[in-house]
Amino acid sequence: MRPLAFITVLALLSIVLIISSLFMGSIPLSWKTVWLSLLGSNTETSSMIVTELRLPRALAAFATGALLAQAGALMQVLVRNPLADPYILGVSGGAATAVLIGMLLGFTSAFGLTSLAFIGALVAMFLVFVLAHQKGNWTPTRLLLTGVVIAAGWGAAISLILTISPSNNLHGMLFWLMGDLSYSNSVSFAFTALIIGLILSMLLSSQLNVLIRGDKLAATLGINLKQLHIKIYILASLLTAAAVVQAGSIGFVGFIVPHLIRLAGITDHRYLLPAATLGGGLLVLVADTAARTLIAPQQLPVGIITALIGIPLFLYLLQREAKQ
Amino acid sequence: MSLLSCNKLDIKIAEKQICHNLSLTINPGENWAILGMNGCGKTTLLHHLAGLLPVQAGEIQVNETNIEQLSRRQIAQQLSLLLQHQEDYFPGTVLEAVLVGRHPHLKSWQWETDSDKQLALEALQLVGLNDFADRAILTLSGGERQRVALATLLVQQTAIRLLDEPVNHLDIHHQHEVMKMISSNNNQVANVFVLHDVNLAVRYCDHVLLMPENGETIQGSCDKILTPENLSALYQHPIREITHQQQRWFIADSH
Repeated sequence: MRPLAFITVLALLSIVLIISSLFMGSIPLSWKTVWLSLLGSNTETSSMIVTELRLPRALAAFATGALLAQAGALMQVLVRNPLADPYILGVSGGAATAVLIGMLLGFTSAFGLTSLAFIGALVAMFLVFVLAHQKGNWTPTRLLLTGVVIAAGWGAAISLILTISPSNNLHGMLFWLMGDLSYSNSVSFAFTALIIGLILSMLLSSQLNVLIRGDKLAATLGINLKQLHIKIYILASLLTAAAVVQAGSIGFVGFIVPHLIRLAGITDHRYLLPAATLGGGLLVLVADTAARTLIAPQQLPVGIITALIGIPLFLYLLQREAKQ
Repeated sequence: MSLLSCNKLDIKIAEKQICHNLSLTINPGENWAILGMNGCGKTTLLHHLAGLLPVQAGEIQVNETNIEQLSRRQIAQQLSLLLQHQEDYFPGTVLEAVLVGRHPHLKSWQWETDSDKQLALEALQLVGLNDFADRAILTLSGGERQRVALATLLVQQTAIRLLDEPVNHLDIHHQHEVMKMISSNNNQVANVFVLHDVNLAVRYCDHVLLMPENGETIQGSCDKILTPENLSALYQHPIREITHQQQRWFIADSH
């Protein structure tokens, strides 16, 4: 399929699925109710369900997935590994540690926890940056190793906090760690980050096409490696941070979506980035709709659903690649 | 006007003298060969000349301008470098891989035009990969991948071309096709080849730079410098010259 046609299909599918998700949930709603609610002419409580619960939730899910897939596509170029994850350098670990400390200290306001997550993500990002970036000698391997080791450190910190936390805090903490959209409270922030991020990454996209052919070749083709690395690093980290503050850590989306898009034959980053953005949004939207309807009125963490979809899909792709 | 020159260049890597007091002037139309043993610093010298490594002592000039005053992009518009190894971690088509060679000539928001694509297809034809445009880069053989790298270098359209082992992985037919195609330039372009085959240097180059272990380089015209004595000393191996139908050949004796 031609790249532009592919992107158009993804965009149309996104709109259709966002609207469809409004019907689904513990209370079934009719076409008419949803339609009138969206137009603002439904005055019953069902209107509130649509406009204040389901629509923001669907948009938050879409934005989170889109942010993660975009960050993943960038991170994969940065560490020159098509299977890298946006969390690989510990951005989500830093955010999770900060949020869990907040919960341990008794923070309950969504805004407070969101701010803590963002601060934690930034601390993690700068820590890896400073440690990996010595004398301008920043190889992908060094960055990857630094990030992975720091991420392991965050993992240990998270385990420690879980161990010493009183049991009444544990449920909320575990939900946050597994990725959960029921806390998300700032859809407009996520969409702003998404759109600014997409514009900036599109500006870098032709340089990314050169960079994936190797550092040295990119340098001989006129690319200032140090500058480009820093730009990708900051952009990818901020996009990840924006996703993490929305919904905690939702696994698999960030690395599997760009990979799927590549398998569909879209390898030019000027198409791949918008395609991955839409694809990531779609995946988390579907997963979250399933998470809140499968055992309704109980809710599952969305991260469990993305793992259920992501793990078999990934193993299948790996098998297929080995055969080729 | 020289295209590429260096003046009193000194390169030392980890206590090893790569070159000492090297002054070199490369003019349009010239084909240079760089010869030397494994690990003598041929690639290091080439990367210095391409501006990829910082100048330690001396000066390098591209089109009479100090290389340190040029941005990476400005260098890329005038000088291209064929690398010894191609790194492929990501999938893509051959055409996409060749088109990155146009990057120095495009603005960041500009897409390749049809004439850029035409140029890429012509370059693929020149390296004998006519029907390869849509092939996946990760499925190519070593020799095919090497020729894609050469096509990328061609579409960069620079006046100075530095080629690190351009015939690496190529069969004997393609070795000669590639050397002939690159070296028969129109007096606007200068090439510098790092080679291991002395006979390719004799055939396709007019100038040569020998890089012995001690860093005391020897340079000059191929006719004068390529002698059995110089080559035997360079490779620390007995080398004999044979003339067959007015063509000089160098062959290695067994000890």
